[in-house]
Amino acid sequence: MDWTAIALSIRLATIVALILLVLGLPIAYWLTFSRWRGKFLIEAVVALPLVLPPTVLGLYVLLAIGTQSPVGRLWTAWTGHGLAFTFEALVLASILYSLPFAVQPIAAAFAQVDVSLLEASSTLGASRWRTFIRVLVPLSIDGIVTGTVLSFAHTLGEFGVVLMVGGNLPGVTRTVSIAIYDQVQGFQYAAANQTALLLLVFSFAVLASVYAILRKPWSVAALP
Amino acid sequence: MTASLKASIRKRLSDQFTLDVSLEAAPGITIVFGASGSGKSTLLRCLSGLVAPDSGHIAIGATTLFDAESGRHVPASQRRIGYVFQQLALFPHLSVAANMAYGVPHLSADERRRRITSTAERFRIGHLLDRKPRAISGGERQRAALARALVTDPQVLLLDEPLTGLDHATQSLIIDDLRAWNAAHDIPVLYVTHSHREVFALGERVLVFEDGRVLAADTPQEVMNAPAHETLAQLAGFENFFTATVTAKRPDAGVMQCRIDGTATELEIPLADTAVGSPVRLAIRAGDILLANEQPRGLSARNVLHGTLIFTVREGATVVARVDAGVCFTVHLTPSAVETLHLRQKSPVWLIVKTHSCRLVAL
Repeated sequence: MDWTAIALSIRLATIVALILLVLGLPIAYWLTFSRWRGKFLIEAVVALPLVLPPTVLGLYVLLAIGTQSPVGRLWTAWTGHGLAFTFEALVLASILYSLPFAVQPIAAAFAQVDVSLLEASSTLGASRWRTFIRVLVPLSIDGIVTGTVLSFAHTLGEFGVVLMVGGNLPGVTRTVSIAIYDQVQGFQYAAANQTALLLLVFSFAVLASVYAILRKPWSVAALP
Repeated sequence: MTASLKASIRKRLSDQFTLDVSLEAAPGITIVFGASGSGKSTLLRCLSGLVAPDSGHIAIGATTLFDAESGRHVPASQRRIGYVFQQLALFPHLSVAANMAYGVPHLSADERRRRITSTAERFRIGHLLDRKPRAISGGERQRAALARALVTDPQVLLLDEPLTGLDHATQSLIIDDLRAWNAAHDIPVLYVTHSHREVFALGERVLVFEDGRVLAADTPQEVMNAPAHETLAQLAGFENFFTATVTAKRPDAGVMQCRIDGTATELEIPLADTAVGSPVRLAIRAGDILLANEQPRGLSARNVLHGTLIFTVREGATVVARVDAGVCFTVHLTPSAVETLHLRQKSPVWLIVKTHSCRLVAL
């Protein structure tokens, strides 16, 4: 079993899920409440990774962070080494790739919150920020948890983008899915099977526990 | 001493609908009365700052909250205007106490607890402070929403049909508590409703709304008992409207005769400045008409009409009867009266209408 790859995948998925939680909340807020007429354009951009082949996204990210690009040059000047084929590049690409999985459930949950609650909050003297923290987020917690877990699980299972942007460097960019692919290519079916099974069980356990929490079966009995 | 709310605003909502009102609400309860869609809620939303009017001016005392010319628009969160929403909008994830604490984060913990407890006691929800909104009754939720708005010590209170859906007894108790609270605080309270029962129960003053305009501003008694306009009469609970022609005048008795158009039915009505042969529009409350199952004698009422019962329908505690007496009249009865009189379809009946129950409204 390639424990290094498994640890790397979990580290990557955790970091990406946390960053997407921080980014997803304001993006979802803007998508839900903005009255800008061109909003559909941004919605389309956010949803793009759902339909784009991972190789296409990976290719553009690679071009954008290459040594010839402004981003790549800035990174090199700052850190002393290139961005392509590093763990940081994987994080960046994964954030883009999993963005809709975080934003869409959160935006859907925001849209479900009764507008009069937000209006009541402002007539009670609350700023927009206080309304966001005290009313909108608590009442959207299901969507926020779902978005975070989905972006974690989606990052854990990605393959194409990782291969394009990160390559296959053990301990740096070699994630579980790449390790499995490698094992299959090397006819190590037993090892591939073990790793795949572990990933399957782990993903199922995470999703099942989230859905169990969101269902709150114990609180149903407490309803009047 | 608290200040009056003054507003003069225009807000265009669609091609067909523009809110265009000028009003002044002194401390005390002012009823805003009108049919749904007449612009009442839009008015409250403009006053509270949730919506910006297109033009005009809103002020409480000397403090300007909105002024289109200078571009001043104080946000809702800084207006200190309490607002109780029609759907109450209690935060479902917070207890009653936390709902009430929401609007007073600037107070010290002790002061906050003291204010919440005393306001909750006034509105009789002191024992419910730890409950979530979904675990208390409808009437208790209305009380919690009122208490949440009032604990912030607002300069003005706006109530958007806050007692809809409650039984009359519960409504009256809550209204009494609101009155008692305002006797001590004396701020302008704008109370939106479409129920004329609430207008009488509550208002010192009523603004009648139609199509985004104030149609009348007076005491409830004046507006409701002598409606100058047919729309007002409908809002005020007049169910019967007829066009009639004046046939004779008796200035000495203060009355005149008229014939309902298209019929031979004659009515004696209060004298008005209308020439014989001119048309008039009459409004009669269904509750002001008496019904008898045999011809009455020795009555002071001048108008006794013979007719036939068409049908009766039960609506809550009232039975609505339709009677054909040349024209159709709507009459309100109690269920026990229907039983005592042995009323059934096609029963012959007599309608009794006092002269002064016939109101003249504008044509």
